[in-house]
Amino acid sequence: MRNRFVAQRVGFALLTLAALVVVIPILTIVATIFIRGAAAINWEFLTAMPRDGMRAGGIFPAIVGTIVLTLGTALVAIPLGVGGAIYLSEYARDTWLTRSIRLAIINLAGIPSVVYGLFGLGLFVLLMGFGTSIVAGSLTLAIMTLPIIISTAEEALRAVPTEFRTVSASLGGTRWQGIRYIVLPQALPGIITGVILGLLRAAGETAPILFTVAAFYLPRLPRSPLDQTMALPYHLYVVSTQVPGMPSEIQFGTALVLLGLVLSLNIVATTIRSYFRRRRQW
Amino acid sequence: MDKIKTEHLYFYYGRKQALWDINIAIPERHITALIGPSGCGKSTFLRCLNRMNDTIPRTRAEGKVLLDGQDIYSPDTNVVELRRRVGMVFQRPNPFPASVFDNVAFGPRVLGLYSRAELADVVEESLRSAGLWDEVKDNLGQDALSLSLGQQQRLCIARVVAVKPEVILMDEPCSALDPIATLKIEDLMRALSTEYTIVIVTHNMQQAARASDFTAFMLSDAERTGQLIEFGPTADVFTRPRDKRTEDYITGRFG
Repeated sequence: MRNRFVAQRVGFALLTLAALVVVIPILTIVATIFIRGAAAINWEFLTAMPRDGMRAGGIFPAIVGTIVLTLGTALVAIPLGVGGAIYLSEYARDTWLTRSIRLAIINLAGIPSVVYGLFGLGLFVLLMGFGTSIVAGSLTLAIMTLPIIISTAEEALRAVPTEFRTVSASLGGTRWQGIRYIVLPQALPGIITGVILGLLRAAGETAPILFTVAAFYLPRLPRSPLDQTMALPYHLYVVSTQVPGMPSEIQFGTALVLLGLVLSLNIVATTIRSYFRRRRQW
Repeated sequence: MDKIKTEHLYFYYGRKQALWDINIAIPERHITALIGPSGCGKSTFLRCLNRMNDTIPRTRAEGKVLLDGQDIYSPDTNVVELRRRVGMVFQRPNPFPASVFDNVAFGPRVLGLYSRAELADVVEESLRSAGLWDEVKDNLGQDALSLSLGQQQRLCIARVVAVKPEVILMDEPCSALDPIATLKIEDLMRALSTEYTIVIVTHNMQQAARASDFTAFMLSDAERTGQLIEFGPTADVFTRPRDKRTEDYITGRFG
């Protein structure tokens, strides 16, 4: 009889251990970046142009670049992604075509980001003639983000009970009115979460922007959508590996700023989700 | 006057036959109850009357359903408009997760009524005719899901009434409610039947006997699912049924 209680205790111990093994490295990384990067963070670092071959000065253009690229990505990926999800969840019949679209989306989510980078180089930079530019980079990041947004948004839409659509129809609402006034508002928190998670990934990626937009060293702000720009992830790569004699607090400072940006977006996503989840009652 | 007439109505879920040759004439501004054991096709039949079954894939209806003489299964029927004319109250109260006001205003809004003052009038009128106004008038902004189940169901009725339908279909509207809430709904149906044609599916034979003017008894046998066995004034069906099977059912010998 005691045996199963022992088994339970051993089981719990193993599971706790597994959780710790996951959490400890993450905490260590975050703590290291924070401790070693905090020294670099000051007003100049955040708002000034880099100087002296990036060994001094600030990272302002990289911060602006990442924000601009993320906004550009959002501009393209949100309407396309949410629209596609609405189509798949609400309108598309279950045919071989929609099944293969879904399969494609799932597979796209698993493609390495450098492949998106090369694809963007070929399509947007060269073929469509956008050159190495914010437009090309945003489009590339958007394509990479789309599968995440589509699949989470579709999931959120499907989680809304069918009954609401039925009731809306039974009151003389068109299918679109049911979606617009009932289904979308209910699915919104899930959709927002998915969008933010997708954009987070876009904000932190290096490979897709490497060939499409990122400037190695461009100590000014971008002047037009067809301009190149610096960006935080690529800048981090550059200062960590490409420039000899780089002070380590600049490296860690850049990492900290990127981490802070991503984490704060993440916190926004979590807050939105939990706020709406408390209000949802079905 | 007959509001709805069906002629040789058959219905199929995929290959499964669910209604068999239903011919019935449902009188205007009266309450017609559909009774019969589980699986006899009552709900399927009800949902044929506003083509709610269309939302289920691979279903098929044959025959005619005439609403004011117009076949609602003809290709030129506007199904959205049909469902406004033939409203529906479901088994489980299912208000939208929104305020009482927004629930009732939903229908008028999708039909294009946006003026706040006019909406307020429609909402009040509808809540009054659903007998809910006095209970909610002080707080129309409250979450509809905070109401009791009985109130929620009356809210759903108000929501249907707000789009001014001609027919109200009710699919076991009281099965989730306690006896007092049930009686309130029955009183409400009685009041509404002066203006609307009401068709109600019920498992509760006392309810059919108490609250309806006409009763249709449906039944399935080994070969044919969903047959209409008997239809007539409620008093006749319950006191002197013409068919032996009706008698067996209402006296509780099976079902």
